Amino acid sequence: MSLILDDVNRIAHLARIEVDAKEAEQVLGHLSGIFALIGEMQAVDTAGVAPMSHAQDLMLRLRDDAVTEADQHAAFQAIAPQVEADLYLVPKVIE
Amino acid sequence: MKWEVVIGLETHAQLSTRSKIFSGSSTAFGASPNSQASAVDIALPGVLPVLNRGAVERAIRFGLAVGATISPRSIFARKNYFYPDLPKGYQISQYELPVVQGGSLTVMVGDVEKTVRLTRAHLEEDAGKSLHEDFRGMSGIDLNRAGTPLLEIVTEPDMASAEEAVAYAKALHALVQWIGICDGNMQEGSFRCDANVSIRRPGEPLGTRCEIKNLNSFNFMEKAIQYEVRRQTELIEDGGRVVQETRLYDPDRDETRSMRSKEDAMDYRYFPDPDLLPLEITPQWIAQVKAEMRELPGTKRGLYLTGYGLSAYDAQLLTQSFEWSDYFETALAACGLADKAAAAKQIANLMTGELAATLNRSETEITDAPVKPGALAGLVRKCVDGTLNNKMAKEVFAAMWAGEGDADAIIEQRGLKQISDSGEIEKIVDQVLAANAKSVEEFRAGKEKAFNALVGQVMKATKGKANPTQVNDLLKKKLAG
Amino acid sequence: MLNFTLKQLTTELAAKRVSSVEVAEFFLKRINTLGKTLNAFISVDAEKTLTAAQAADRLIAAGKAGPLTGVPVAHKDIFCAKGWLTTCGSKMLANFRAPYDAHVIEQFNAAGAVTVGKTNMDEFAMGSSNETSFFGPVRNPWNTQTVPGGSSGGSAAAVAARLAPVATGTDTGGSIRQPAALTGICGLKPTYGVVSRYGMIAFASSLDQAGPFAKTAEDLGIMLNAMAGFDPRDSTSLERAREDYTRDLEKPLAGLRVGLPREFFAEGMSPDVAKAIDEAIAQYRKLGCTMVEVSLPNMKLSVPVYYVLAPAEASSNLSRFDGVRYGYRAPEYGDLSDMYKKSRAQGFGAEVKRRILIGTYVLSHGYYDAYYIKAQKLRRLIAQDFVAAFKQCDVILGPTSPGTAFKIGEKSGDPVQMYLSDIYTIAVNLAGLPGMSLPCGFDRANLPVGMQLIGDYFGEAKMLNVAHQYQLATDWHMRMPQGI
Repeated sequence: MSLILDDVNRIAHLARIEVDAKEAEQVLGHLSGIFALIGEMQAVDTAGVAPMSHAQDLMLRLRDDAVTEADQHAAFQAIAPQVEADLYLVPKVIE
Repeated sequence: MKWEVVIGLETHAQLSTRSKIFSGSSTAFGASPNSQASAVDIALPGVLPVLNRGAVERAIRFGLAVGATISPRSIFARKNYFYPDLPKGYQISQYELPVVQGGSLTVMVGDVEKTVRLTRAHLEEDAGKSLHEDFRGMSGIDLNRAGTPLLEIVTEPDMASAEEAVAYAKALHALVQWIGICDGNMQEGSFRCDANVSIRRPGEPLGTRCEIKNLNSFNFMEKAIQYEVRRQTELIEDGGRVVQETRLYDPDRDETRSMRSKEDAMDYRYFPDPDLLPLEITPQWIAQVKAEMRELPGTKRGLYLTGYGLSAYDAQLLTQSFEWSDYFETALAACGLADKAAAAKQIANLMTGELAATLNRSETEITDAPVKPGALAGLVRKCVDGTLNNKMAKEVFAAMWAGEGDADAIIEQRGLKQISDSGEIEKIVDQVLAANAKSVEEFRAGKEKAFNALVGQVMKATKGKANPTQVNDLLKKKLAG
Repeated sequence: MLNFTLKQLTTELAAKRVSSVEVAEFFLKRINTLGKTLNAFISVDAEKTLTAAQAADRLIAAGKAGPLTGVPVAHKDIFCAKGWLTTCGSKMLANFRAPYDAHVIEQFNAAGAVTVGKTNMDEFAMGSSNETSFFGPVRNPWNTQTVPGGSSGGSAAAVAARLAPVATGTDTGGSIRQPAALTGICGLKPTYGVVSRYGMIAFASSLDQAGPFAKTAEDLGIMLNAMAGFDPRDSTSLERAREDYTRDLEKPLAGLRVGLPREFFAEGMSPDVAKAIDEAIAQYRKLGCTMVEVSLPNMKLSVPVYYVLAPAEASSNLSRFDGVRYGYRAPEYGDLSDMYKKSRAQGFGAEVKRRILIGTYVLSHGYYDAYYIKAQKLRRLIAQDFVAAFKQCDVILGPTSPGTAFKIGEKSGDPVQMYLSDIYTIAVNLAGLPGMSLPCGFDRANLPVGMQLIGDYFGEAKMLNVAHQYQLATDWHMRMPQGI
């Protein structure tokens, strides 16, 4: 599978990263090299092998249903780019 | 040619846990903005999710209630998309291995039973809210709701009309409250439905579906589906084609419209969340949850129908919520009568009649009714033993509601005793027959209505105190004779 | 004091021959001079450091000192530390003052350790040379024209240049072991789950693991004692009884089976590295060890597998950097989507963007099975290779990196070449095993060579024993760069 410029633009949009035309060409070059390396995986037969998501074969630990958090919005919002009336401000959300 | 409507529903039920699904923040509704958004909820760098046992326990309860398979092992996945109310840039949800698989819900559509199959129910976290009041062209984000546990309940496309969809949604709404996993508050968004609607010619494969969002009341759901069916029918009949898309219901204009913001060729890039290991649910855990669960509405309905001989209508109403059924059963036990069926019938009559009407009129919940089940039992005993007829029972009930005392005291005080002395009734019946010769003649000429008029006269003469059954019997006998 | 080990320093502090404040001032001074030349630190806050040192001195005076009380520690700038800038080497977080402490930081604070600063690193830990940092490359104290390795290059350079006696790092594909090797010090990546990831800014969650840098294996053990431990806030943190990682240091190695993976020695190693490793093997034979040839047949695929899985997880982990709640927001933008795109394009550097794009691609519709699932299946085969190997041996030995420190700029234009420099370390992360690097010689340019030890799951104490015994017999670990 070889990458084309459309792929770069599609994934850049999905990842919400602005990439101009010149950058896209450069990214395409780098990604093509990396995907050639990644392509080596296809040489090995993995039929019947279970995918491994975690380093340990363990089950999830659960927490008791208890409220343990206090209001910290002042501290958290002190480092926010734009806040008003305790809300995080963003360009208008259109639904 | 006729069109067949195919509807599937996806419901997001907010689970009634104290804390969020992956953090220790409160889930209480209505707090000031972002005051219940912890480091985990606002996705500070470095924070990690830890699953709330209470959310899983509620999912198990639901699975048991709908006869589903509860996965011994299920997986949390990340659903990736950018939206300001989604702080991590992904929603933790379940994708390939959900916690609840299959199951079904049987509901009454009018008088007909309908079984809706469930595809699955999975655990996920809710998003925050975007507030669109104008901050000089910007939106404000409140993340208090972000991370609230949801159970997303997905049906098969088993419903064929807006009426069926609403019946299912109402039954589901009642069930999640019955089993105590969701408060069902639709105004606060605790129970939200999306409908997948398509149409097809009978026998043909499924048509292209549209997902309708913003169905936050049963009334809107019905109207939105009806509108959408009309829209799709007209579109196809005019030679057009339905496009698969998400549409928003606008209740003000009673129409659905395309949500362009969701048109963005969504590619959610689901993958197992590396921060969360597989969720294990052991048979022991399921057994424990089952042992602690209340009897389900379906089981109760069966008992009321066959054990107490109640009508399907009564049984349905008495199981509309756990509180109703609990009221009924408490009253029944308090009656202490040997003839359970008679007592049950009388309680059902009072509950579905006077109690329901009064609650409705006064906008009161049954748990807040001033007439408690034990007090109602006192009234019921007086009905069953023939002291009161229906009309008198209504009067006593109203007095009890008004706080005038218990049934016995009110009966005593108002001298409300039904006349069941047959000699006394016969005397009055004779007087009435003598005074209403015209009605008697009409009845004998075949006019059934005249009989009712005569009953009414007898009741009037006794100021409503005569035992109506005895009056009926006597009148029939005399008129026949 | 310059060349004190942690153990020695603690002894001096306990005997009150030196105070924690004096120690802190000594290292702060070095950080402000040599540290600047090497660009090893992103933030230094003398006031905070000295306040902590004073508190440590009070603990020592009260006789309440533990093994780390009053000891200066340099923390990789990936750990959130309350009140400290925590940048992760990125413009995205250049002004991010963490509002909470990572579990690792809490543990050090509780032990009375003194933070001397936050060290430079590859942006979001993505890199093998420390050249991707927004704050500029770190220089290797052995030769300032060369890289210190990455991504924990600042921490490694700091310990190597004696700017701090010990430091913390994180290792997703070799980010502790490779810089340790390239700077001639020791670094250890524990078994996945031994150290809590809470408060450590995530790169690839299923691979990330924090660990220590020090001059000796013994110091690593002392550091790991402080870092390890169950943390309920990390669902992948292991609930295990506390252990003393220094408990086996003095055990003799006679009879120990050392596994030499055939694939490690097949090709790719530079001749100087090969020679140093051979000499280390010879040393272990002298110590009574038996060499066993083992095979890790799927190891060659660990680089491609890693460059699917790590970017996939990273692409999702880094979505939270969207300019809404914290971090960089572009000064000018149009609509919401434009705000996201510009903030992320400007806030992330080229390598981070590259990996986000790779990750987005391999998870996207139609490619998930061919890339992501395939890589996860191979991950299992790679892990199984180790399980088989550990049936034949007690510890695995090999090179940490195919070469020694390379020139700044030498590989930065070619991502594939850069990625291949992690060929010996990545498989360990994929399997979740513990691994460490320790110095074992020099190349002809007098740049350090590191050897890698890989332990079985929870084999940290054994690994440290194997390293310590070597260090008792050799002195590579006590060599210092010239002119520092």
